[in-house]
Amino acid sequence: MSQSLDTTPPSSADEPAYNPRNYLNAEAGAMSWLLTRDHKRIGIMYLVLTSVSFFLGGFFALLVRIELLTPGPTIMNAMTYNRMFTLHGVVMIFLFMIPAIPGIFGNFFLPLMIGARDVAFPKLNLLSVYLYLIGAVIALYGMIHGGADTGWTFYTPYSTTTVTKVVPILLGAFVLGFSSIVTGLNFIVTIHTLRAPGLIWMRLPLFAWSIYATSIIQILATPVLGITLLMVAVEHAFGFGIFDPARGGDPILFQHMFWFYSHPAVYIMVLPAMAVISEVVCASARKNIFGYKAVAFSSLGIAFVGFFTWGHHLFTSGQSTLDAGIFGILSMFVGIFTAIKVFNWTATLYKGAVVFTTWFAYFCGFLFFLVFGGMTGIALATVSLDVHWQDTYFVVAHFHFIMVGGVIMAWLAALHYWWPKMFGKMYPERWGIVGAMTIIFGFNATFIPQFLLGNYGMPRRYYSYPERFWPLNVASTAGASLLGFGFLLIAVYLLWSLKWGKVASANPWHSRGFEWDTLSPPPVENFLSDPIYTHPPHDYTEVPSGAAEVKHAT
Amino acid sequence: MNELMRRMLFLPEQGSAYAVEVDHLHFFVITVTMLGAFGVAGAALLFFVKYRRRRDRQVTEHVEPRAIHEVLFIGVPLAFFLLWFAIGFPLFVKLQTPPKDAIDVYVQGKKWMWKFAYPGGPNGVDVLRVPAGRPVRLLITSRDVIHSFFVPDFRIKQDAVPGRYAQTWFNATQPGRHQVLCAEYCGLGHSAMLAEIIAMPPAEYEAWLAESRRSTVAAAQDSPEDRVDPRTSLAEQGRRLASEYGCFKCHTVDGTRHIGPTWLDLYRKTERLQDGKNVVADEAYMTESMMDPAAKVVAGYQNVMPTFQGRIPGPEVAAIVEFIKSLRTDAVRPEPSKGPVYVPVPGYDPSIVR
Amino acid sequence: MRPEPEAATAAYVAHHFPDLRTQEHAARLGMWLFLATELLLFGGLFTAYSVYRYLYPATFAEASQHLSVAAGTINTIVLITSSLTVALAHHYAHHGKGRRAALLLLVTLGFAVVFLLIKAWEWSHDFHEGLLPGRYFHSTELTANGAPMFFTLYFLLTGLHGLHVVIGMTVLAVLMVLCWLGTYDHGYSTPVELGGMYWHLVDLVWIFLYPLLYLI
Repeated sequence: MSQSLDTTPPSSADEPAYNPRNYLNAEAGAMSWLLTRDHKRIGIMYLVLTSVSFFLGGFFALLVRIELLTPGPTIMNAMTYNRMFTLHGVVMIFLFMIPAIPGIFGNFFLPLMIGARDVAFPKLNLLSVYLYLIGAVIALYGMIHGGADTGWTFYTPYSTTTVTKVVPILLGAFVLGFSSIVTGLNFIVTIHTLRAPGLIWMRLPLFAWSIYATSIIQILATPVLGITLLMVAVEHAFGFGIFDPARGGDPILFQHMFWFYSHPAVYIMVLPAMAVISEVVCASARKNIFGYKAVAFSSLGIAFVGFFTWGHHLFTSGQSTLDAGIFGILSMFVGIFTAIKVFNWTATLYKGAVVFTTWFAYFCGFLFFLVFGGMTGIALATVSLDVHWQDTYFVVAHFHFIMVGGVIMAWLAALHYWWPKMFGKMYPERWGIVGAMTIIFGFNATFIPQFLLGNYGMPRRYYSYPERFWPLNVASTAGASLLGFGFLLIAVYLLWSLKWGKVASANPWHSRGFEWDTLSPPPVENFLSDPIYTHPPHDYTEVPSGAAEVKHAT
Repeated sequence: MNELMRRMLFLPEQGSAYAVEVDHLHFFVITVTMLGAFGVAGAALLFFVKYRRRRDRQVTEHVEPRAIHEVLFIGVPLAFFLLWFAIGFPLFVKLQTPPKDAIDVYVQGKKWMWKFAYPGGPNGVDVLRVPAGRPVRLLITSRDVIHSFFVPDFRIKQDAVPGRYAQTWFNATQPGRHQVLCAEYCGLGHSAMLAEIIAMPPAEYEAWLAESRRSTVAAAQDSPEDRVDPRTSLAEQGRRLASEYGCFKCHTVDGTRHIGPTWLDLYRKTERLQDGKNVVADEAYMTESMMDPAAKVVAGYQNVMPTFQGRIPGPEVAAIVEFIKSLRTDAVRPEPSKGPVYVPVPGYDPSIVR
Repeated sequence: MRPEPEAATAAYVAHHFPDLRTQEHAARLGMWLFLATELLLFGGLFTAYSVYRYLYPATFAEASQHLSVAAGTINTIVLITSSLTVALAHHYAHHGKGRRAALLLLVTLGFAVVFLLIKAWEWSHDFHEGLLPGRYFHSTELTANGAPMFFTLYFLLTGLHGLHVVIGMTVLAVLMVLCWLGTYDHGYSTPVELGGMYWHLVDLVWIFLYPLLYLI
């Protein structure tokens, strides 16, 4: 019998039952939010902040795509265009992709999944939100004053000599890095010290395993980016010449140091997405994960091996042939860990009891796009294929397949799967399916032409282009418009559901993930009595007893 | 089959034998990728249909993988990955080792053009002539920021990095024209930094080379836009062009204030603009001032400069900019330069006496 | 040994921790992780130093002779001693001797001030000789290619380190006041321990900087 439902009125957990005393209404007033230590409120704050950033970054992307509708100038000049793609990258990566899933769902659900009342350092958690805000404001200041035109990769010596506002963008990213470090630090300590009795490592939800791996990367890689960006800022402002060949410096050193972080950074982005998928696939199929240990350890494998692959961004830059070979083969090993996950997730559906929901639709999208995008990564890692594709739209399509087709699908799956738990309301399922189809279709239409453009030979960051690239660009822009519309649609019905959506029960999906064993929305203290764990999560082998779906307590 | 797949994938023509080999690997990888992705999708669909949820709280079996499953999950992809690497990496090594009998050409990338020079031979801007059927080694560097020399038809690419030389090579199988694009973002003119490789039948190439090594060079360049005389220095050409385009009507070279700001010591000077902002007069600024003079008007001057957009081709703009840069009262530059004034050789420390 | 006063320690345990022991373990783990991030922050600069040292071995060796080995050695002794005093401070705080702990922290702060003063002297000396970073370098003696690079890295490394010394001093100053007020005892002295750990890191980074910049 689930202990936390003991004190609720004697009704089945199936019946809609909005928890009247929950974390949202426990305290009222702006200060109660601005000074909160509650990990759930912090998760909601991240949701709001990252969603705003997402739409800002998406707006820049749409402007870029509109400009690319014609081979020559369309709606802006070259300088503005160069700023647009830079800001699209900077906002999307630093203000959305890196903080979103850990900040929203890691914060909200990690303590719930391990039976804890909060994360290890609640005040530090609040600090991470403020660091995000401060970093965002600094970057915004730079944007308002024109923004940088260097690309989000800030390659020297262009970034140290251009006249645009590079320094505020760099400093903003620096501060955002600290937000990321603090979050990672918090999660590692939380998982190590606050697991409730009975929650041994081999019973840890797979979401927690992947978040743990993400956090390791966050704390080890981000400081290196911090110091690198600081060096570029200092060189831009004062001419110190660390990367300037005229002063004996080496521009390629910047690339090595930058990618030492930025490659693991993509795993900071994708591991939380994989964390979500591990949860969602079990709940969809009402089944335990196929190969728990494999999936758990492959997260650690990605984190570890991912640190040794950065040189695949430098295949044409001027590193030695031997280095290229080493980085190429190691890049392939990282792909193996992803393959393990993909096969285990698919096999989880075997002998399951699968139901089609909006979030299952996103799981399907994720699966296909991750395989496709991941395989193009392996193709790039053969080195000689990369020589043709480097710095072309092929690479752009590759990483958008993983980041949009992978991470954003997972983010949307998480939003829809956990919406009833976070807000006690259901989103409208029909509109959810429409939204999912629009996104999946729009995504394909946007990015498959870009693979072809890369094959054809169109380089990245091109303001104007030779006429032969015109039709594929038009196709991509058409897709992007559909994709953008899809996101707007989702935002509208989700916001609508907050006020007018159906009231959710405590566990509308009948999931046996540990976080479902409390009311919807959860009370401030998470559980009404301290949980004790005797089974692994997503154990659907027994008929549920009484009202409770989740049964982890003795 | 090769041609069909090449067209389906929008790959450009295969200008060299190396390009054909690269494409074959590409076809292999993409085919397996498609099969794999659709295989996974198919399996998921199959499971979804066969194992549909029939009751709300349906109970399921606890299924654990056997060792063989994980072995296959790891082994099959690993086998393919290693195979592709075993094909692709030696191909890359081949690209990194030019044949001993290759002709050398020096390539210098610079905002926003490509300059070519044959050792002991003529120079060219944005046009590179090579003999078909012979390997050509490119020694690539940059004058300012990082560029990248990309020839899609040959499937080759190499970054042009200031302060060092990088090499790559190709062998054009047939005579023909092949576009060169810059593939590393380098500022305003990044997407306009196009060039062309003209592969000529060997006999024609020899004839052209001999002709161009004599003094009558002006007719040798094919590009109609290219009135730049490769024999003289770029700055000298710039002086001549500035005079032709009437720049000296408004700009002086001796420091006197006239209708427009003087060009003496203009390069890298911090100019105060009409709207109160400051700007550093670098190549980008000077180019922008020629193309869009109203964008940044220096404080104290009228907005009367005409635009030269479409009237001056790229190489000539570069020449004029070089000329302006050469107008310094002091030959020594104390600020960070736009291009290396020397090329430090990694590993060579001149203070060590050997 | 007197028994653990339950009521006293319970006040220190935050609501989300089951007991004090777990909380202290979490605090220590968190601090170790934070120190790891600091090491990687400096690691980037050390990497840059290694790369340029490899490219300009003789120039870097010659440039380092323009630094005062005496000043560097004194600073090293000063910092190592300050690590001793901060460790002693924690020892006394843990045993409830708050005033003695505060005094030792004051001594530590004193050492830190000495360190910064010597550093300031070194820097002004370098300014006068024209041994400045990047484009401000104007020495007449050192003219080889890599010389400005050495000083760029020198100022970045010692500057970042100095910033950490100042941050450490702030933390220790706060702890000093709290120790004096008798906040810590046998049951709870974790903040002093953590502050000490941070100070040890600051010391450790210097122990690597010193030979790289001054000795080789």
